[in-house]
Amino acid sequence: MSSIDPITLGVIQAGLQQVCDEMDLTFSRSAFSPVIAEADDRSDGIYDAETGELIAQGELGLPVFVGTMQFSTMTLIDFIKQGKALPPEEGDVYIVNDPYLGGTHLMDVRFAMPFYYKGELFSWLSNTGHWPDIGGAVPGGFSANATAVEQEGLRLPPVKLVKRGEMDPEIYAIICSNIRIADQRIGDIRAQIAALKVGARQLTVLLDRYGADTVKSTIGEWRGRAAQQMRAKIARIPDGTYKGEAWVDSDGVIDEPLRIAVSIEKKDGDLYFDFSESSPPCRGPMNSVIATTRSSVYLAMKHIFPEVPINAGTFEPLHILDPVGTFLYAEYPRPVSGCAAEVSQRIAEAVFAALVDPIPDIVTAAPAGSSGNFALGGFDPEKNRPFVMYQISGGGYGGNADHDGLTNGCSTIGISKTQPIEVLEQYYPVLFHEYGLREGSGGAGRQRGGFGVNYTVELRRGEAQASFVMDHGRVGPQGALGGKDGRPNTVTVYRNGEAYTPLHLSKDQDIPIAPGDIISVGTPGGGGFGDPHDRDVDLVLRDVKRAYYTAEQAQELFGVVLTADLNAVDGPATATLRGR
Amino acid sequence: MLNNKKAQSIIAGIDVGGTFTDLLLVADDGVKVVKTPTTVENQAYGVLAALAETGAPLSEIDAIVHGTTTTTNAVLERKLSRTGMITTEGFRDIIEVGRRTRPQPYGMFGRFEPIVSRDLRLEVPERMDAAGRVVLDLDEESVKEAASQLLGLGCESVVVHFLHAYANPDHERRAVEILRDVWPNDYITAGHELLSEYREYERGVTATVNAAVRPILHRYVDRLQSELTREGFRRDFLVMNGNGGMVSARLVDREAAKTVMSGPASGVMAAAHAAKRAGIDNLITYDMGGTSTDVALVMDAVPAVSNELDVEYAMPIHVPMVDVRTIGSGGGSIAAVSEAGLLKVGPESAGASPGPICYGRGSTEPTITDANLLLGRLNPENLLSAENAPSLDAIRSTFDEKIAVPLGIDTDAAAGAVIRVANDRMAGAIRIVSISKGHDPRDFTLFAFGGAGPLHAVALARELGIPHVLVPTRPGITNALGCVVADVRHDFVRTVNRPLDLVDMGEVQEIMSSQVKEGNALIKSETIPIENIRVFHGADMQFVGQTHLISVSLPRLDATREEIQEIFEKAYFNRFQVELPEIRANLVNLKTSVIGERPDFDLSQIMDARFRAETVENARTGKRQVWFDGEWLDTAIYQRDKLPTGGQFAGPAIVEQMDTTIAVEPGNTVLVDTDGNLSIEIGDHS
Repeated sequence: MSSIDPITLGVIQAGLQQVCDEMDLTFSRSAFSPVIAEADDRSDGIYDAETGELIAQGELGLPVFVGTMQFSTMTLIDFIKQGKALPPEEGDVYIVNDPYLGGTHLMDVRFAMPFYYKGELFSWLSNTGHWPDIGGAVPGGFSANATAVEQEGLRLPPVKLVKRGEMDPEIYAIICSNIRIADQRIGDIRAQIAALKVGARQLTVLLDRYGADTVKSTIGEWRGRAAQQMRAKIARIPDGTYKGEAWVDSDGVIDEPLRIAVSIEKKDGDLYFDFSESSPPCRGPMNSVIATTRSSVYLAMKHIFPEVPINAGTFEPLHILDPVGTFLYAEYPRPVSGCAAEVSQRIAEAVFAALVDPIPDIVTAAPAGSSGNFALGGFDPEKNRPFVMYQISGGGYGGNADHDGLTNGCSTIGISKTQPIEVLEQYYPVLFHEYGLREGSGGAGRQRGGFGVNYTVELRRGEAQASFVMDHGRVGPQGALGGKDGRPNTVTVYRNGEAYTPLHLSKDQDIPIAPGDIISVGTPGGGGFGDPHDRDVDLVLRDVKRAYYTAEQAQELFGVVLTADLNAVDGPATATLRGR
Repeated sequence: MLNNKKAQSIIAGIDVGGTFTDLLLVADDGVKVVKTPTTVENQAYGVLAALAETGAPLSEIDAIVHGTTTTTNAVLERKLSRTGMITTEGFRDIIEVGRRTRPQPYGMFGRFEPIVSRDLRLEVPERMDAAGRVVLDLDEESVKEAASQLLGLGCESVVVHFLHAYANPDHERRAVEILRDVWPNDYITAGHELLSEYREYERGVTATVNAAVRPILHRYVDRLQSELTREGFRRDFLVMNGNGGMVSARLVDREAAKTVMSGPASGVMAAAHAAKRAGIDNLITYDMGGTSTDVALVMDAVPAVSNELDVEYAMPIHVPMVDVRTIGSGGGSIAAVSEAGLLKVGPESAGASPGPICYGRGSTEPTITDANLLLGRLNPENLLSAENAPSLDAIRSTFDEKIAVPLGIDTDAAAGAVIRVANDRMAGAIRIVSISKGHDPRDFTLFAFGGAGPLHAVALARELGIPHVLVPTRPGITNALGCVVADVRHDFVRTVNRPLDLVDMGEVQEIMSSQVKEGNALIKSETIPIENIRVFHGADMQFVGQTHLISVSLPRLDATREEIQEIFEKAYFNRFQVELPEIRANLVNLKTSVIGERPDFDLSQIMDARFRAETVENARTGKRQVWFDGEWLDTAIYQRDKLPTGGQFAGPAIVEQMDTTIAVEPGNTVLVDTDGNLSIEIGDHS
């Protein structure tokens, strides 16, 4: 194979990227489940035929899947070699959701299709979609207190769901018998397969045009160049060891915090991530499988260097040592349903916290970093039917060297929007009393954190149970370089007028709710960046006028004294307070 | 009477762009084109100057149609009127917290400031539920108090935005009544008036934008109208809307948000008109300027309209607008070699200032325009005549240093690579917004305009598999032409949201016929001559349980249930390659567009016949070496004004004219059609 000119290289790479983007779009647009259609909780990519390594992945995929699917494909290839899965034939589609085989949690179901060009296996096309239910103890799969994976739902090893173009009715029947609301699953399954087919069609066009050899050598060349680009980026980090930590509130079963400790060593141009000082495996569902742990590091680095493309080469300079013996290296039968939504974001937070010291101009203080899952399931007598309302929430982003953090930003691992209040109230028997900015929640700093949200919702009729899988209830998102932490997450349930706070603060399950009862949630604000006493006094005044902070907070947190009418800064008093 | 050609009225179309104000005056005795500098502080001066330059007395002009960027600039530059919001208790932060987003999938940086800051958003007790039932009565005293507080804070405009006002607007209406008594002007906007759809964030932002630009548009239009009246103009002038229609100056500010995206819409209208005259109904419009490129899809001679567009991050304006998508590639897009040793072009842009290196304003970043210049595609004599312009050699050495050396190729190849990478990026973006929606590129024409569009159009068409390119006579005045030819258009949407097999087909017909009736009545009330009324029906559909919609067009008002089912299934299969016999179809929205078609405008009048040569040979002004895909070719240069209609020639060729340059590749054949368009067949060459 001869070397290719850099221009053709770029054009083919963009072409591969586009194949993936089209797969992403097809999957979302034709899916039924709102988790995929609206929340884009899915991802599509192209993987090496022999090694399963990532060749290209859609930019619009959910960030947490950035690395997991290559591990899943690698495992599949391995299974085929060992005879644990049947060898591929043209038109096959494998299905797998086993978390320990390169996955996340059971709800994330991976499809993999061998892609043939002119009769030869050229690559694998694969996608992941978050199914709204996979069986198990709790509708939706987010059990707050499962203690074994079997309680979390149906677990599938890699098996062929589609054989030479025909869906296997027996496998399909097994799946349908094990999940809730099975009648609509066929729509999502077809959408997930359609995305792979669209990918195959587009990839064929690309190969017809440039030839299989040229595309193959592009992929090889590009892998090296992506590694080169990542190395050029991390060259900005001086050699040395950087430590960061983050805390998960609890595992949902035992009320103790779980520690994530990372030590990042920069040497010989590469980064080595060591999580071995983290807490041991936990009883509840907050364990993380290794694929998710790795993926969380990748997505954190991609957030820091958004310009680098996603392929196997990008990850080459990032060495993640297997944290055996910690809760970040979960083995069967540890329950894992919380790993994709919450633990992954804490891992990213620990990486941010470690790297904000050496590269403060491009890393922010900690973002809220929770998916804020709240589920209210019950029966609506007016519509005479059961319902389950899922509400996700954002929070404040961390302040950074350039500006204040964003208010109500999306979770670190997600890209999905929240549902409008007007839509929720149309579908479910609830009435919101408030949905607004959570005052005072942004961590103080030279650039302050963004604000979380407050929402208060009342059940109007029928009966229901409330469940929460959130985090950052114990400590708020960390400030950086002298900035203060953002406010922690709060959950309060008013039953019969009496306030109830979950024992595990941010996690609880099946709290009975009667009409008139009220659920009130405050999401975390982002961490502040830099010394709050260095904040521009006029911005502090503006923030008080907007009631982001009270005048007392301006004084306590930022060292700024305002005049009695709150219309101006008291210069001399402020100078005294700030000690300058 | 309609359709009386002799009594053709005199119409002036005026478009205000960033640099120039273009005017096209159409009268019995011909056409005048005027270009004057845009007066940025107040666009009206440029408009009046352009009208004066035509020499036509304003008293004899029957209609003035005006495309303005007054509101667009106000929003993008945040130079807005001080606006207050009165909203439901508990919900004043709706337009600030939004729907939990960040500006890009990766990267934790980003900022957002709402249009109305928090201290100017006040809450009043009131509440409707989703069914439109009153949960809490409106506290009228609080509305009065809020109004006086906002006035005290210096607000000029006010918006009322209550939860579920789309389901029951009573409270919003009552609040507006109360405000009428105390508010010193007419700048009162109610959320439900502009957009009667659920989703409090999108409706709220749309209404707030409307409130914040209303006084600005009103003052502008009012002043221009009185100037025009003083000069003898006897009617209300008309303002272009974002849906490609137009509305009287007297009424336009009430729905000012509809003008925010009107600039690109008129260009698409002109393209649709020009293409239709050339017998082409399906096209992709491609308008490439200095910093960005606008792309839109026209099917069956009607531009696609969407009501879900965002002006920028977190700024949705959900009113029907021509579905124009902007790509961050323009002549000023900067080329650079990344750490991975790969060439990237854009989205960073040198813009108009400092602009490309060849503008001589001190920039040293290689751009697409500079590459076109080095490759002989642009004429160095025209471009480098400016004072302080650098030499070609200076530009070459910059390309050497920044691109050729890092890539290990020679200068020519480096400039060629910039063009290739830029084209590839644009083609990809165009594919996503057009062809990938399930259309076959072979059914389309690429309609190229804007200063840079015609230079790249042929290569893009080849890349996309589009067989044909059309370049209008005067690509630089396409937007002004749009003002002259744009139809009068009214769009209606009504939500049904029921499985198709349960829908009452009588009701479907009833809804659509009442939409037709309303549209007809509105068109009758317009002052501009209409030749013919066309009606289009469509539906937004999905399978039961889905959230995304696909739009299908319906052949007739009385399409049967079975026909609709079949149309939907076919459209769905084309888009996704999926059949779902197990799941029922859901009919979400019924849509009707009533379009008053304006009299056909003979575009051949735009050509200036004075310069026209007898033969193509005589239109040739010389030749030079031009780089096409890897080699320098001896290339004929033509002067556009001199090309005779009916003339034919083959590529390679460069056609030069005042406002653009057209690159014709080897293997292309060009015909100058009767309207003066260059009709370019791409040929099999690839």
